[in-house]
Amino acid sequence: MNPMNYIVLSAILFSIGAVGVLVRRNALVVFMCVELMLNAANLAFVTFARTSGTLDGQVTAFFVMVVAAAEVVVGLAIIMMIYRSRRSASVDDASLLKL
Amino acid sequence: MTGEAVAFWIVAPITVLGGIGLVASRKAVHSALWLAVTMIGLAVLYVTQDAPFLGVVQVIVYTGAVMMLFLFVIMLVGVDASDSLVETLKGQRLAAILAVSGFASLLISAVTRATIGAPVPAAELNAGGNVEGLADLIFTDYLFAFEVTSALLITAAVGALVLALTPRVAPRRSQKDQAIARFRPADGDLSQAAGLPTPGVLARHNAVGTPALLPDGSPAEASYSRVLRAREELEAAQEDEQ
Repeated sequence: MNPMNYIVLSAILFSIGAVGVLVRRNALVVFMCVELMLNAANLAFVTFARTSGTLDGQVTAFFVMVVAAAEVVVGLAIIMMIYRSRRSASVDDASLLKL
Repeated sequence: MTGEAVAFWIVAPITVLGGIGLVASRKAVHSALWLAVTMIGLAVLYVTQDAPFLGVVQVIVYTGAVMMLFLFVIMLVGVDASDSLVETLKGQRLAAILAVSGFASLLISAVTRATIGAPVPAAELNAGGNVEGLADLIFTDYLFAFEVTSALLITAAVGALVLALTPRVAPRRSQKDQAIARFRPADGDLSQAAGLPTPGVLARHNAVGTPALLPDGSPAEASYSRVLRAREELEAAQEDEQ
């Protein structure tokens, strides 16, 4: 099967994630959309690993997963902290620095 | 049609559907469940692409750990915290969708014009085993990156601990303090020193919601759970609002 299909699927998933980041107001859902974008990139990495005949792409996808896990832990802790002080998980309410 | 193509055309629409569901659901819990669907679909696609190790890691790390973490935080933040549908910036939603569809068409048209080689057969790609091949790379060429990753993980764990830590407002009540409060109360009233009456004593039911009856037949207020009383008051207040 043509590996281009996977790349196109990856681009579509990345775009859906980007729409979510721009449109949604709930910080948790925005975060999930970021995860979707990371996953889409991973799919492209795995596909390229297959077409290039080396495993370097898979190793990169593996590192992306590790970084994403660390990012989720810290990001969710920050969301929890904001929720605790402002009683809201909306990205619109965290506008304390705005003039 | 090869088996791989069949798997792709079944799983790819499901992953896209999961992505759309993630963006379109109003409740954060539904978004999380749709994202889990997408991630499992991606795991299947990894396995069909001769990356079984990544497929398993995808299920364990993403659908297992990360999604559970998300659901846990949704539970703490409140399941009903659904998104407001009010647009803060006028026309932002439409503009975002237009901009991203432009970006997507640009990306897809650019990428499909590129020439990428035919997929290498699995026997060649994973000669000597997929996990062994990945381990070879991680512990030789990517050793430094791998070690930096461990520093990243420990930093993330400590960072989450520091961020999630709440300073104690009141000093912690030890067992000794509780015993003193019970047997040497400020008002000198020792009637509850033997413990509060259990609910349901001498009453028709022994459920926790049934207060104990006193010898004269009146309910013993102290036997009724504080939590249940607070919940009833809350429900009554909500009914008053409606």
